[in-house]
Amino acid sequence: MEKQTRTLDEVTIRFAGDSGDGMQLTGGQFTNTSAAMGNDLSTLPDYPAEIRAPRDTTYGVSGFQIHFGATEINTPGDHCDVLVAMNAASLKVNLRSLIDGGIIIVNTDGFGDRNLKLAGYAQSPLSDGSLSKYQVFQVDITKLTNLALADMNLGQKIVDKTKNFFALGMMYWMFNRTVDGTIQWIKEKFEKKPELIEANTRVMKAGWNYAETTDIFAVKYEVKPAQLTPGKYRNITGNQATALGFVTAAEKANLDLFLGSYPITPASDILHELSMFKNYGVKTFQAEDEIAGVTSAIGAAFGGSLALTTTSGPGVALKTEAIGLAVMVELPLVIVNVQRGGPSTGLPTKTEQADLLQAVYGRNGEAPVPVISASTPSDCFNTAVEASRIALKYMTPVMMLTDGYLANGSEPWLLPSVKDIPEIAPKFRTDPDGYMPYRRDEITLSREWAIPGTPGLEHRIGGLEKQDVTGNVNYEPENHERMIRLRAEKVERIANDIPLAQVEGDEKGELLVVGWGGTYGTIKTAVERKRKEGKSVSQLHLKYINPLQKNVGEILYNFKHILVPEINMGQLIKILRSKFLVPAIALNKVQGLPYRSIEIEEKIDEILGGKL
Amino acid sequence: MSTLVHDAISHDVVSKVKYTAKDFSSDQDVRWCPGCGDYSILAQVQRTMPELNVPKEKVVFVSGIGCSSRFPYYMETYGFHSIHGRATAIGSGLKIARPDLSVWIVTGDGDGLSIGGNHMIHLLRRNVDVNVLLFNNQIYGLTKGQYSPTSEFGKVTKSTPYGSVDMPFNPASLALGSGGTFVARSMDRDPKHLQGIVKRAAEHKGTSFVEVYQNCNVFNDGAFFQFTEKETKSDSVVFLEHGKPLVFGKESDKGIKLDGFSPVVVSLKDGVHSANDLLIHNEKDSTLAFILANMTYNHDVPRPFGIFLAIDRPRYEDEIEKQIDSAISKRGKGSLEKLLNSGDTWVIQ
Ligand code: SF4
Repeated sequence: MEKQTRTLDEVTIRFAGDSGDGMQLTGGQFTNTSAAMGNDLSTLPDYPAEIRAPRDTTYGVSGFQIHFGATEINTPGDHCDVLVAMNAASLKVNLRSLIDGGIIIVNTDGFGDRNLKLAGYAQSPLSDGSLSKYQVFQVDITKLTNLALADMNLGQKIVDKTKNFFALGMMYWMFNRTVDGTIQWIKEKFEKKPELIEANTRVMKAGWNYAETTDIFAVKYEVKPAQLTPGKYRNITGNQATALGFVTAAEKANLDLFLGSYPITPASDILHELSMFKNYGVKTFQAEDEIAGVTSAIGAAFGGSLALTTTSGPGVALKTEAIGLAVMVELPLVIVNVQRGGPSTGLPTKTEQADLLQAVYGRNGEAPVPVISASTPSDCFNTAVEASRIALKYMTPVMMLTDGYLANGSEPWLLPSVKDIPEIAPKFRTDPDGYMPYRRDEITLSREWAIPGTPGLEHRIGGLEKQDVTGNVNYEPENHERMIRLRAEKVERIANDIPLAQVEGDEKGELLVVGWGGTYGTIKTAVERKRKEGKSVSQLHLKYINPLQKNVGEILYNFKHILVPEINMGQLIKILRSKFLVPAIALNKVQGLPYRSIEIEEKIDEILGGKL
Repeated sequence: MSTLVHDAISHDVVSKVKYTAKDFSSDQDVRWCPGCGDYSILAQVQRTMPELNVPKEKVVFVSGIGCSSRFPYYMETYGFHSIHGRATAIGSGLKIARPDLSVWIVTGDGDGLSIGGNHMIHLLRRNVDVNVLLFNNQIYGLTKGQYSPTSEFGKVTKSTPYGSVDMPFNPASLALGSGGTFVARSMDRDPKHLQGIVKRAAEHKGTSFVEVYQNCNVFNDGAFFQFTEKETKSDSVVFLEHGKPLVFGKESDKGIKLDGFSPVVVSLKDGVHSANDLLIHNEKDSTLAFILANMTYNHDVPRPFGIFLAIDRPRYEDEIEKQIDSAISKRGKGSLEKLLNSGDTWVIQ
């Protein structure tokens, strides 16, 4: 049969199966191949919360979505165009994200009576007509995989483990991708097990050939390379970028990196990543609890390390008292909060932006802490470097906010060159003459960092109120107020030391959509679409939450309406309203899910009505 | 160690080699209640410091919250008066980041065993080379007199007007059970003994845990008088000395022998027993250490003071350094250039 080729600008594919089906690996390979072929892309895994959920149940479904294209890609995709479903449960869970008319490729072996029952289907969706608005391709992947390996005498367990490569092979054919990169990867991965190299390669090629030679698929698709800035790239998740950012900051600052951390979803990967960087002198300390995570870091900061603690919202709650201590003793410390759904244990594997007010205000007493946030997976790198710079320069704890969506999502990252990364030049006091622990720099108001081991600078710090300049314990009323004002002023002055906020789109107009954190790509997509329609809408995405950039108020006043979409009940908006007295409009969604661009577009339409 | 830290602490000025106790006394007024046992402990630590031959600038005292935790303010060394219960964790981070420092943690029965109990047991099992001085006064002093996790069962305090129904911890047993490698007990009112124990603790490589019986003369006066006052001390206390039999009593006329696993008192004047029958202390024997520590709340035997256990085990921070050294020798020292070019990369022309 003559096969047609259609060209597409962008496509979203979701690989879904049981958590034992290797869908993350399949998605990861498709991602690497697409990246190497020059597409722009964005991905998001969707792990089950249970570690080993019973096979074939809906709560054991694991998914991986990739959005790739010949144009700029800013999100993992609102919906998917293609759904690969390895069993009934994965179809059931993921069907709602498929567009009408979308493609479904199912492994029919995953739709037996038992599978259907476990997935909660009364009858097979493959035969009851419920999928009629989609293009369904039924392939007995299990059987075809077995056939491909029939002469190899492999155990059934091994054979079952290769069937994801059959699906991958079919998708490579359908989207005109080369299998070479994955073959190379298989060779390296199974270097010591030649039979697995043979089996996986064979099965992937079998999938490709099956799609090519049978009549089942009539159309293949072409997605041309995107116009990306030339340079060297790697695909990176937010958590990886965060880890690399801190190693980089430590190198730039000429300090050792110390991480004190307690495992918590979805932040643990930062701990895992950093524990591999031993040859960079990185010390990782898996503490007995969240409190020891942050306090050990404070101890390391006292000793002259770039000190870091990583966690998620519940962990920040536990660290709160210690963060206040860091405010009081004025030592550099970065706290990373990879936000997840709350309150309490909440939705550990789902994303949310509901810890913003906790970051800005959530401590006893007047305890100002700079807060900055990352907007895309690769931006976590820049944010980590910037958080470290601020902490070291201003001798303060800094809260860095990312979220589950950024942490696990990935995108191609144009590798920065070493010289483009800002210098961080912390200094230790060494001169004993006239040393006063709480004497401040006139510009930054930061005190000097004097580390144990330096002769003549022996001094004591602590959580009790300090006397201005000397740092001695002091309970005088005027001194207390002066110190509170100094600590606040120090954080405020950071605004003099950060770039001005940039509007994307026109500087003046009808509507400004203001966001922060992981919603960047989604808002950008929505705003760009509306601008193409001729609407007067611009975007402002805030990296710096505390202090805000100096021109934020000015920007807000240039727009008639202000829309603030957040994955919470309205937190940034509270700060903007109280600081600038603007009648901003909130858009809120708290489902543990990222926004879809369309949701923001609808709100934009609602505000602007028919107005252009 | 980063080059920046290295440069900051490398200096031409040679630190004074011979210190006196005075060199360790800061300019701050000491603010414990007059008569508090803390004064003596401070004095003994200041007296012992010069013997350790550690440059003053290398010494750091870290504390939590409580009366005892005021300690760092009075030491002319680096100091960190932190938050309740966390000195052990702060000290761990400091020592792991800076193994060159001599880190001392001053805590109390509430700070170290109640709110900070978790960090304490984990510090002990990791064997980070820090010295813990736990001032045990069996009461909450700073908050004005509530019972503590070492207060005896039935203790009547402000928060237990009908008597406490909590079983107390025995700190030495807890430390041994947590895998402590150096566990000792001393008292505020025996300066010489305390100085000796502090010195041994400092010399020990690994976590040293020293419980110091400390009189809180305001809220729990006399809690330890039986063990600290002349009239009763010799019959109520047995001092543990490595390689020596356990002898006590005014005329050294009593001893401890083992009956099965149970220590019992025998008279050396009864014509039946001699020094040869007595238990010989061995501070390398961890099983014996448990038996001795368990004598603590046993009223049929005297209370043991001295070093229960002093054994060698790898230190956490040393192992970390070894991993770093081995990673560097295998993969070369990391550089920013290498870091930014790691992973699966591709080039867009
Ligand atoms: S309250 Fe007790 S422990 Fe505290 S300083 Fe006074 S006497 Fe000492």
